[in-house]
Amino acid sequence: MTTKLFGEPVRRREDQRLITGRGRYLDDIGSKALAAAFVRSPHAHARIVSIDVDEALDVEGLVAIYTYEDLTGPMAEPLPVLIPHPQLHAPRTGFPLANGEVNHVGEPVVMVVATDRYVAEDACDRIVVTYEELPVVVGVDAAREAAHAVHEEIPDNVAARHHQETGDVEPVLASSPRTLSFTQYIERSACMPMEGKGVHAKWDPDDSSLRVYTSTQASTSVRAAIAAKLELSLDAVEVIAPDVGGGFGVKIVHPWPEELLVPMAAINLRHEVKWTEDRREHFIGSAHERQQRQEITVGYDDDGRITALDVHIWHDNGAYTPYGIIVPIVTATQLVGPYAIPVYRVVVESVFTNTVIVTPYRGAGRPQGCYAMERTMDRIADELGLDRSVVRERNLIQPDQFPYDHHLTFQDGRPVIYDSGDYPGLLDKLKDLVGWSEAERLREEAEARGRLLGVGMAMYVEGTGPGPYEGGHVQVLGSGKVLVSTGLTSQGQGHETAFAQIVASELGVPIEDVEVTTGDTRRFGYAVGTFASRAAVMSGNAIALAARGVREKALRIAADVLEASPEDLEIDAGLVQVKGVPGTSIPLRTVAVLSNPLRYAFDEAAKQATQFAKAGDDDKPPVAEGDAPGLEHRDYYSPIRSTFASGAHAAIVEIDPATWEIDVVKYAVVHDCGNVVNPMIVEGQVHGGVAQGVGGALYERMAYDADGQLQNASFMDFLMPYASEVPDIDIDHQQTPSPLNPLGIKGAGEAGVIPGTAALASAIEDAVGRRIAAMPISPTELYDLVRSPDSEMTATAGRRAGTGVMA
Amino acid sequence: MTSIDSERTITVTVNGVPREATVPVRRLLSDALRHDLGLTGTHVGCEHGVCGACTVVVDGAAVRSCLMLAVQVDGAEVRTVEGLAREDHQGGQVLHPVQEAFRECHALQCGFCTPGFLMTIAAGLEGRDNSAELTEEEVDDMVGGNLCRCTGYANIKKAVHHAAAAMKDGA
Repeated sequence: MTTKLFGEPVRRREDQRLITGRGRYLDDIGSKALAAAFVRSPHAHARIVSIDVDEALDVEGLVAIYTYEDLTGPMAEPLPVLIPHPQLHAPRTGFPLANGEVNHVGEPVVMVVATDRYVAEDACDRIVVTYEELPVVVGVDAAREAAHAVHEEIPDNVAARHHQETGDVEPVLASSPRTLSFTQYIERSACMPMEGKGVHAKWDPDDSSLRVYTSTQASTSVRAAIAAKLELSLDAVEVIAPDVGGGFGVKIVHPWPEELLVPMAAINLRHEVKWTEDRREHFIGSAHERQQRQEITVGYDDDGRITALDVHIWHDNGAYTPYGIIVPIVTATQLVGPYAIPVYRVVVESVFTNTVIVTPYRGAGRPQGCYAMERTMDRIADELGLDRSVVRERNLIQPDQFPYDHHLTFQDGRPVIYDSGDYPGLLDKLKDLVGWSEAERLREEAEARGRLLGVGMAMYVEGTGPGPYEGGHVQVLGSGKVLVSTGLTSQGQGHETAFAQIVASELGVPIEDVEVTTGDTRRFGYAVGTFASRAAVMSGNAIALAARGVREKALRIAADVLEASPEDLEIDAGLVQVKGVPGTSIPLRTVAVLSNPLRYAFDEAAKQATQFAKAGDDDKPPVAEGDAPGLEHRDYYSPIRSTFASGAHAAIVEIDPATWEIDVVKYAVVHDCGNVVNPMIVEGQVHGGVAQGVGGALYERMAYDADGQLQNASFMDFLMPYASEVPDIDIDHQQTPSPLNPLGIKGAGEAGVIPGTAALASAIEDAVGRRIAAMPISPTELYDLVRSPDSEMTATAGRRAGTGVMA
Repeated sequence: MTSIDSERTITVTVNGVPREATVPVRRLLSDALRHDLGLTGTHVGCEHGVCGACTVVVDGAAVRSCLMLAVQVDGAEVRTVEGLAREDHQGGQVLHPVQEAFRECHALQCGFCTPGFLMTIAAGLEGRDNSAELTEEEVDDMVGGNLCRCTGYANIKKAVHHAAAAMKDGA
């Protein structure tokens, strides 16, 4: 029995059910439900001429068919622009079912409900939709050229022009000793959780209430959206995120069309209805991220110190902008990383294309920002003939400069002010961990084996734990059980364990007595969601504050019973006792019983709290003014701004010059997320993030053809890393606690993925001596690059050739 | 000619229990296990045999249940994640060494791919001579065909070693 568990690698409490097949994911719910399936657009851009459902009507087991014509009221209006922004001047969203026009392959056009999924898909196959095809826009460059428009009334395809600057960049650039300019690209990948999306809805016609299970990262907001769109009272709708099989961002978007249509059908049909996304649907009907064209100009001096940075980014937002310009803002503001940039200007033009929408995927614009900044550092080092770590070191914000104000506005509308950190410390640890000074020796050794070796690094700062708030509720029952809830959902991050550790530590109770519920609006109605590495920061602190509230009340009640002062009491192992006086104690569960004065005794414990059990003061009410019955407390954590985690990654690659296969032989991570609740879980988050970073750098790419058809919409063709593709990862930690929150935590969820593309591009460039300006890169692309007479040789490679180090 | 929605009754031993189910001939084994037999521990991640989340053991071999039809297992023995743990003498649950290892090594996060990994690894370890030292190549081979999006695999590989060591000691 342990109570001081904050910081310990406690084994996860959710695992018991998950390893025995007793998890409850979306598709495990509702065995009697009708099944929904969708007819989706096969065209990237087209007008719908007609929808003929006649052939489907004969399918035995068909229950209902819905098209746009069947939508009424708010359901017939466009889906919400979830996060409006003044610089998002031309937002566009689709309809729950297409209204006359489709703008990407996969857009839902018809919903079919049938007795089972097989039958529903049979019916879908027989529905004939006639389309008139329109010109298609694919990729940032085509969107930017704007020969065709995705939305007719937006001829330049620009949805938003996001602009921030910290001073007048042009004169500083003009007077800088040196400048360089370059353009680079990064491609699309996607979250690809192993469980796709899914919705189950059940309507109770007797009390007109709706219960919805959805595989979401934001159940409270899905609830509000359903209530608004289906014109129901909020209190008639419950939304529950069951076990969620991964999210990584895609499930923060809401309401997905299916999250509205499935409940609509359940109400309409008076029968529970379920939709489970299949893998192809997830590829073409969910969300992607990452594609950008980046035009960068940097001014710097002869020592490699940056004087000014001017960045113009073209960001592909896909067909619609339901999630606003969060990704462009994050790229724009997180790009500066751990560096002091005297003058910075950034413009991100967010453009429409006839492809799947772009919304946050783990990192949410940061990998692109990091790629821009870190490749700039590499270019400066290359030009000056300096070690890449030296150029970085010279530009780092120093430990005595915190809080450090970048004079930028973050994605939460709050200033980008770094709260704490030690970036030189990170860099030193990283160089030791990867063996940076050994690189030339390793290169020669590899060369002797006929392999090209390169090393690369990248640093990042990540704004984590944005507001506006999260809440927590902690209640001690008369049984001694401690119920904890937060509205924030879980998608595999181990919240049941981490939050239980916090409560056990704060309250002084055995973790075995703590039960945590997340993402269930029946238990906690106010929440934002799990994204932006915010769960531990936001809900963790809210729950800690709630536990402190319970503790304060428990001590007050116990002080009365023990005839002691609350300050002289402590709670340990579920026992409230007078410090230093063993034996003078009262179990917390008894305090819970006493906290609720009773008239009726229904068991032995309750008897202690009844009105004649204890002589009360006749002049005071049984429940003191301002007090409430029960040993419980609800509290909220609402930060003034985000807290900033940081880290640095380095990679060593070996490349076979016969096949151009890229082998990551070493991958080093130094990570700083402030105080750590559970180091085992944090390390797991880093591992998983790095795997996605490596995937995004070397393997994953959404291969759209010019017609807007996604050519690799299956796990067969979209190359997600297997175990064989993920390198061993060496991790070192640094802890600079956040001064902004009671627990001193910073977020850790996204960190692992952020610098992967930048670090690997750096390492590959170092190995082959050719400029890498487009990521991801496959062996074939690397071969083409090395063979191309147009590819640019790095100055470093030229210098090496001069010294004979590299052939 | 058999129509795709004609039904057949199959008898299959699942986790040691004889079960009977009447299924359309086109029903996938994964769907039959989940929806006809109520064993929802087997998960469906791609339905095209690449991710391995739906892996079950049929007559001793790890197979992808999304690539088999339910009618193909008529008369066969199927083991799913629900059948990995065994009951002890007091009716309690004794986890399989692979399950224990997954928990101990933090080899799962969201848990969706986990049943597929557990079944693949359990079949792999049970099918080898566990007195012999487990090599890294064997581990890579055992886990190399399943996708996980959360863990980055490091802890899954660690769990295989952990389970193998436990099975060696228990042998």
